[in-house]
Parts: sequence; C-alpha cells; structure tokens
Amino acid sequence: MKNLFSRTLQITIVFLVVAGILALALGGFFGPVSNAVTRSLVGAQTWFSSRFVALQYLLTSSRDVAAMREQNIRLQAEVAELQAQVIQLQQQAAEREILAALVDFSRTHSEDTFLAAEVIGKDPSPFLHYVIINRGSNDGVRKGMPVVTNQGLVGRVTAVIADAARVQLITDPASNVNVRLQNAKTESSLVGSLTGDLTLELIQQNVAIERGDLVLTSGLGGGYPPDLIVGQVVNIRARESDLFQQASIQPVVDFNRLQIVLVIVDFTPVDISPLIPAP
Amino acid sequence: MRNLVAIPIIILTVILQSAIVSRLPLLAGSADLSLVVLAAWTLQDGVETAWHWALAFGLLVGFVSALPFFVPVVGYLFIALLARGLQARVWQIPLLAMLSVCLIGTAFFHAISLGALKILGASLEISNALGWITLPSMLLNSLLAIPVFTMMRDLARWVYPPLESE
Repeated sequence: MKNLFSRTLQITIVFLVVAGILALALGGFFGPVSNAVTRSLVGAQTWFSSRFVALQYLLTSSRDVAAMREQNIRLQAEVAELQAQVIQLQQQAAEREILAALVDFSRTHSEDTFLAAEVIGKDPSPFLHYVIINRGSNDGVRKGMPVVTNQGLVGRVTAVIADAARVQLITDPASNVNVRLQNAKTESSLVGSLTGDLTLELIQQNVAIERGDLVLTSGLGGGYPPDLIVGQVVNIRARESDLFQQASIQPVVDFNRLQIVLVIVDFTPVDISPLIPAP
Repeated sequence: MRNLVAIPIIILTVILQSAIVSRLPLLAGSADLSLVVLAAWTLQDGVETAWHWALAFGLLVGFVSALPFFVPVVGYLFIALLARGLQARVWQIPLLAMLSVCLIGTAFFHAISLGALKILGASLEISNALGWITLPSMLLNSLLAIPVFTMMRDLARWVYPPLESE
C-alpha cells in the first residue's frame, strides 16, 4: 500500500514538473536556452550534412568527370567536323561566286567561245610570271590563245601539253601587249616587270593622259583580241628630256588570287614575226 | 632498290614547289624547294646518287618552268657539285654546309636565270632582281634548310643504312 502511494506520488511529481516546464516554455521563459540548443543542433546537422554531400560528391564525381570528358571529346569532334563543313561551304560559295561572274562575263561576250580552267600552279622561277592551268590540247587549248577573267586580261597560253598549259601573265617581264588608252585615243605598249608592275611605254609626249584612264587591248599585232580591259592609269611620268611618256598601270585582275580563268578558244593569234624586217 | 624512292620524292618536290611554295612569296622572291632538297640530299654521308638527283631535278623543273631548259639543269648540277665540294673538303659541320650551299646555290641559280633571260631579251633590272627576288629567296631557302636537312638525313639513313661495326 505504501509502495503504491509512493509510486503515485512520484508520477504526480514528474507530471507536475513536466507540466511546469511546458508551461514555462510556452510562456517564453526558456527562449534563450531554446535558441542556444537549436543553434547547436542546426550547426551540428549542417556540419554532418556538408560532410555527407562532400563525401557523396567524392564518391560519384569520378563517374561524372569521365562522362563529361567523353561528352567533351564528342562535342569537340562535332565542332571540328562542323568547322570543316563551314570551310568547305565557304570555299564552294567562293568558287560559285567566281563561276557566276565568269558565266556573266561569257554571256556578255557571246561573240567569243570560252573554256574555263583552274590555275593549278605557278612557275617555279621567281623571275617569271607564269601560271599553269588544268586544260590542255585535249580540251582544245592551243598556243597563243588569250586568257581572261571576268575582270579583264590575264595573259596568253605559251606552252601546251595534253592536259595542262602554261600561261604567260601580262605582268611577266617578257610580256608585251599592244594597248590603247580609251580616253586619250592613243595606242601604246604595255610591258611587265620583275615585281609585277605594269608600265605603259612609247606614249608620245603630246598625248594628254590622265590618272584613271582605262587601258584596253588594241588588237594590233594579232596577239590579243581588241577591247579587253587591262587596267587603269595610276601614275604618269613625263619628262621633257624623254622622247616618250610612261605611265604605271593598276591591273584590274588580282594576279595573286587567280583561281579560275577563261581561255578564249576561238581566237587564232596571228604570227606577224615573218613580216617584221630583220635588223 | 631503295634508291627508287628518288622518283616519287623528286616528282612530289616539284609538284609542291609549283602548287604551293611558289605561291608563298616574300616580296617577289620565293623559296626553291628543289634546290634545298637536292642540297640536303647531296650533303648526306654515303649518298651516291646526288648527280642523278641533280639531273632529274633539272630536267623536271626545266619541263615545268618557262626558263630556258639548260638553266635548271646547269643550276642544279652546280649545286650538287658545290655541296660535294663543301662536304668533302671544307666543312665538318653539316648544317653550316647546308646553309652555305643554300645561299651560294641560290645566288648562282638566280645569276644564270637572270643572265639567260636578259640574253633572251627580257627587261630585267639587276638591282631590282637582287633586292626583290634574290635576297628574299635566300632567306626563305635558309629557313627551309634545317627542317629539310633533317628529313633528308632520315631518308639517307633508310636508303643507305649505316654498317654495323663488329
């Protein structure tokens, strides 16, 4: 009986104590203590959580890095392939542009028959300005045929084999083209040079020439057809002591970027050398 | 039998010269790959076919180029002669000999080219030729000399394997 009373008393005391604590807590008397405990618990949980995440990352990251590397390699290969495609397309677009211009040119010069040829090489000697084209006697190319682009005169064929030909550019030091100045209505001789500069020679002193005058082939001598555009006058050298004036010519063709040219295959050059009296 | 490797190498060299090297000018000059390859080959120890290479280069370049036919033939034969002379008598440092052959060879080749073209009536000024063509070409040939020499040394060791000492 005594034991039963004692246990009931203990339960009652514990209940009262717990109830009192709850009442105090609900009344806000334990705020500072509660905050301190909560902060400690949260801090501990944060520490454990961060360590766990770090450990998890460590355990799983190797797989992710490998996957990312694999993906990176695949993407790099894809980028390289796309870049190659872009370059190829740009090249095709440039070629198409050149061909379109050449087609336009041949349409506007319907009186001539043209054969398109690709420039595949340059003379190994730096003293000579020759190019090699991929058309030869099998395609109807013959020695002496003029070569042009849509911009103007390039030169003429000087040697032919079955599938290739050698073209002397008008900038070659040994090249000599009979030309006329469109505005001045006078004829002259255009010569090349080692450096690729073009010079008009044998212009009489009384002829008035100006910068910007257009230079066209005259057709004299039978080496080139008439009225092919060659270039423009950029500089005039006239001295009273000289017999003739000279003029520097800016060619209309960019000889450093020759890719595709047109051979005028229906032009037969005239060889007038037997008519020239021997000195 | 391994000497036959000369045929594709000489043809490939002239093709590369015409298609690529000549299109990469410095001022108006350009490198002469055939000259450099020939010089490098001739300077290798044990090479017995230098004259054949010189003649082959001369004929092939004479065919491709608009230069008078004898100019490349004479020019390349002279370069082989020069390289042989320097290798046998004077120089013990092959790279120095290579550079010397390239420089002297380029000057000689350009001199006979210029002379032949002037005889044929081309209007060429020697000062322009020297400043715009010959000096830049010498520089370009010198730049090519060492890598080409290294490649030709490997080729020479393959064609003429060194004898093993007993």
